[in-house]
Amino acid sequence: MNDPANNNVTPLLELRNVTKIYGTGDAQMQALAGVNLSIYPGEFVAVMGPSGSGKSTCMNILGCLDTPTSGSYLFQGIDVGALNRNQRALLRRNYLGFVFQGFNLLNRTSALENVELPLIYRGTDTATRHRLARQALQAVGLSDRENHTPGELSGGQQQRVAIARAIVTGPSLLLADEPTGNLDSARSIEIMQLLTVFNRDQGITVVMVTHEPDMAAYAKRIVHFKDGLIETDHHNGAQN
Amino acid sequence: MLGNALLLALRELRRNVMRSILTMLGIIIGVAAVITLVTLGGGATQQVTQQIASLGSNLLMISVGKRIGPGQMSGAEAFKVADAEALARDVPELAAVAPVASGATTAIYANENWSTNVTGSTEEFFPVSNQQIGEGRIFNASEARVGAAVCIIGQTVATKLFGSQSPLNNRIRLQKLSCEVIGLLKSKGQSTMGSDQDDIIVVPLRTYQRRIAGNQDVNMIKVSVKDGVDTERVKQDITRLMRTRRHLAVNEDDNFNVLDMKEIAKMLSTTTQTMTGLLSAVGAVSLLVGGIGIMNIMLVSVTERTREIGIRLAIGALEREVLLQFLVEAVVLSSFGGLIGIVLALATAVVLSGVLQVPFVFQGGIVIIAFLFSATVGVVFGYFPARKAARLDPIEALRHE
Repeated sequence: MNDPANNNVTPLLELRNVTKIYGTGDAQMQALAGVNLSIYPGEFVAVMGPSGSGKSTCMNILGCLDTPTSGSYLFQGIDVGALNRNQRALLRRNYLGFVFQGFNLLNRTSALENVELPLIYRGTDTATRHRLARQALQAVGLSDRENHTPGELSGGQQQRVAIARAIVTGPSLLLADEPTGNLDSARSIEIMQLLTVFNRDQGITVVMVTHEPDMAAYAKRIVHFKDGLIETDHHNGAQN
Repeated sequence: MLGNALLLALRELRRNVMRSILTMLGIIIGVAAVITLVTLGGGATQQVTQQIASLGSNLLMISVGKRIGPGQMSGAEAFKVADAEALARDVPELAAVAPVASGATTAIYANENWSTNVTGSTEEFFPVSNQQIGEGRIFNASEARVGAAVCIIGQTVATKLFGSQSPLNNRIRLQKLSCEVIGLLKSKGQSTMGSDQDDIIVVPLRTYQRRIAGNQDVNMIKVSVKDGVDTERVKQDITRLMRTRRHLAVNEDDNFNVLDMKEIAKMLSTTTQTMTGLLSAVGAVSLLVGGIGIMNIMLVSVTERTREIGIRLAIGALEREVLLQFLVEAVVLSSFGGLIGIVLALATAVVLSGVLQVPFVFQGGIVIIAFLFSATVGVVFGYFPARKAARLDPIEALRHE
């Protein structure tokens, strides 16, 4: 289902009849059974669905961590299925940002160094790296915590560091996998507000998996998965 | 890219100081063991080599007595001066012959006294036993012939009797004999067997026999063989001549003994070298074990750090960047461990060489070899864990708890 306003724009990402099959023989399990999905620049999409509905598999494919068994995934018109492991890593490095349910920060590493990590892999020079990392920490409201390690930060703060790490490179797409799954409702609202701000002010496309309708309500578009297929795909009237 | 890998590797090592130290421990001990053992062994070998040189050229010692067991001699009739003269006359391969009579005596000067060894011999004693005169002179032929009351003393005796004062032209008393010090020997230090070669007083043989021992005995004849002559053959010639002179029947054993000092010294030096080789081998094994230790800890740490590797891969690290980071971590650990090992080894070698009284001889070669080896260990044993880390599936790695 396309947004009428985006009719003349190329989709940022496009799934064309994507299937994903795990295992072989009797143990075969079809995680995706032919998914078609187009997401346009600037969208904020919530992906919902019960466990085993294929939404995580879909996220892995969108995040270029995995490739479809059949069908194709186009990212900015590039067929990701045709890329090798290193080319997909470069694509992640240059265009994607990840936020995970379990934060996934490096232990015993300061917030600043965590945020710097993607910039190091990009080969950004030291001065620019420090400047961008500090800006990103400031944007998530953690300027005063840059030397704190994850162990010294609360869950909400850790997730904000993770968001800073995801947006520090100015990605085209931010993928968030249950970003509020480990947080209480007050912290969850903070995180959702941050994602909304980055989506609105910096035009970063956000795709977020969530179980909670409250969190999905922040998105402009909600996609429901069921049994490896998209069940419903509608715009969220409450936000628009 | 290498700069980035170095930055990431150093950050990783810094945040795991304890693990890093434990990983290095094997290499530190291995490198330290090898270098310490080789350095001490080298010092011991050099010491033995110097002692061989100080023994004098091609020295043979002919002493009285029958060998009845290892290091045990039975008594026998002493030599006479005539035996030494016969050797000089009938064995042409000998460069010098010095008959020696010696015994323990107390030397007295003013109110100082010192128990030492007094040797009576000829002028040839000095070249044969490689004793060089430091100050003054040795006795001349006429002094030797008449048995003049003159003596030459070693450094130890000089220090004990005269302190810092010059001993020359002073008279010391040896039992009933009062003799004038005419020469001071150069210091020779310890012998291979550990005795002090500077604790010596030399007087003319005739003086010793008449005025100190009171007999005509010669306990030992020291001879030096001419250069380029087969020592073994000369030993046989000497044995044959002495058997004749001592009227030994065919079925009788020798009641004297010809000892080649150089042979003993060479044997000692070979033993030292063999010991050094063996100890170095033990050290090399511990270095290898240290390398395997690095591999173990790196392998364990790949498992332990699976999630971290997943994060890096998800963020966009290339396979070769992860590989390089792990490799750099291993190489930094092992070469830094190697450096610590070198410092530790040199300090230990300096202390131990003092305790064991072996000269400290810096062995540059083994230091370089040990360092290169430890760095290589890092590359070799770091490679497999690094490759394992780089090939992880990012999705699986992120799910790892």
